[in-house]
Amino acid sequence: MHELSIAMSIVDIASRKADEASAEKVTLVELDIGIMSGIEFISLEFALSVAVKDSILEGTRFKINRIEPLCECSSCNHLYTPGQDFGACPECGKQEIEFIRGKELQIKSLLIDQKE
Amino acid sequence: MCDTCGCGQEGNPVRISRPGETDLHQDHSHNHDHDQNNSHTHDSVHSHDHSHDHPHQKMIRIEEDILGKNNLLASRNSGFFEAKDIVALNLMSSPGSGKTTLLERTIEAVKESRKLAVIEGDQQTMNDAERIHRTGVPVVQINTGNGCHLDAEMIHRAVKKLDPPQESILFIENVGNLVCPSLFELGEKSRIVIISVTEGDDKPLKYPTMFQQAQVCIINKIDLLPYVDFNMEKARENALAVNPKLELFELSAKTGEGMDHWIQWILTREP
Ligand SMILES: Nc1nc2c(ncn2[C@@H]2O[C@H](COP(=O)(O)OP(=O)(O)OP(=O)(O)O)[C@@H](O)[C@H]2O)c(=O)[nH]1
Ligand SMILES: [Mg+2]
Ligand SMILES: [Zn+2]
Ligand SMILES: [Zn+2]
Ligand SMILES: [Zn+2]
Ligand SMILES: [Zn+2]
Repeated sequence: MHELSIAMSIVDIASRKADEASAEKVTLVELDIGIMSGIEFISLEFALSVAVKDSILEGTRFKINRIEPLCECSSCNHLYTPGQDFGACPECGKQEIEFIRGKELQIKSLLIDQKE
Repeated sequence: MCDTCGCGQEGNPVRISRPGETDLHQDHSHNHDHDQNNSHTHDSVHSHDHSHDHPHQKMIRIEEDILGKNNLLASRNSGFFEAKDIVALNLMSSPGSGKTTLLERTIEAVKESRKLAVIEGDQQTMNDAERIHRTGVPVVQINTGNGCHLDAEMIHRAVKKLDPPQESILFIENVGNLVCPSLFELGEKSRIVIISVTEGDDKPLKYPTMFQQAQVCIINKIDLLPYVDFNMEKARENALAVNPKLELFELSAKTGEGMDHWIQWILTREP
């Protein structure tokens, strides 16, 4: 369950940023998580619910954007969505896959209530 | 608690020890602020009579890599390895694919010509470190407790304890798992993923992240090919579909068949 270490990092980073911005409350945390990042989404959601305990993120909503994979053929630069079998480039038939999207593991933004 | 290596987790300490050592906590010299008893009294009596238009709501852009802290520690490790001309290799596989056996055989074959050191990673037991210890090569064991992968901080601590010699090859055997270890950079020079023919030839398609991050893929236990339904052609195809740059080796760590190419690869590693 590496999702727990991932969730703890998210809480860590978001809490620090919230603190720096004198947040009273964090309403929303927006994440970009790639389908190909090696994260199990259900496990992450569960891990987050555990990791927020006793932090400023308790009660915060997490918006998780699932980033679909996109790859580029290094041979002909064609962009395509890889299938389950990571098959050859539909344009030139070469097997030179390069992922340009789908491995994201990023905290995008926070929505906070600032202290008066 | 410390979220990089989980060392603050109650009842789940990461331990780093040499074979024969009894006091398992002696090197745990970490003193980051774990902030255990933050007296969160939640006494901000939110009188819920403010108008619900949230005047001081604010959006903050962050765009920070969730694994940033680990990656930073990993690049520190890699800087240390570079400074000492150490080649660090991260070996990953499902449980039981033959990482330790391959290491034992590899050590036998190259220990006369190269300086070696090993970091073993397992949730529990010193078994693998004991096996490596018998080859005469310096080794430390990381026990991750419930942790399913090694991370850069654990390697940093293990390296301090192991003190691998200048110009050595440092083998790191990761926790047996094809998912989690692929997310955590350790500062290694190359990543090596091992599958065995008893596992099925579609492993690369099922665990693409692991195979995409690796530079080398070893297909082990080829001595068992006559007894299992494993299509070698298909396995190679699948591995290369996921990562066309993968360097592939087919071998048996048990019989030694195919080991020569792999040993050649090891002997030509330069920092
Ligand atoms: N037939 C055969 N058996 C092998 C080969 N390599 C390893 N084994 C056996 O596979 C079993 C597991 O091997 P290990 O080397 O302990 O595997 P590991 O990947 O280190 O296992 P964990 O550390 O538990 O994840 C042992 O019984 C080995 O003897 C091989 O090439 N052929
Ligand atoms: Mg082992
Ligand atoms: Zn995991
Ligand atoms: Zn193409
Ligand atoms: Zn730690
Ligand atoms: Zn620590």
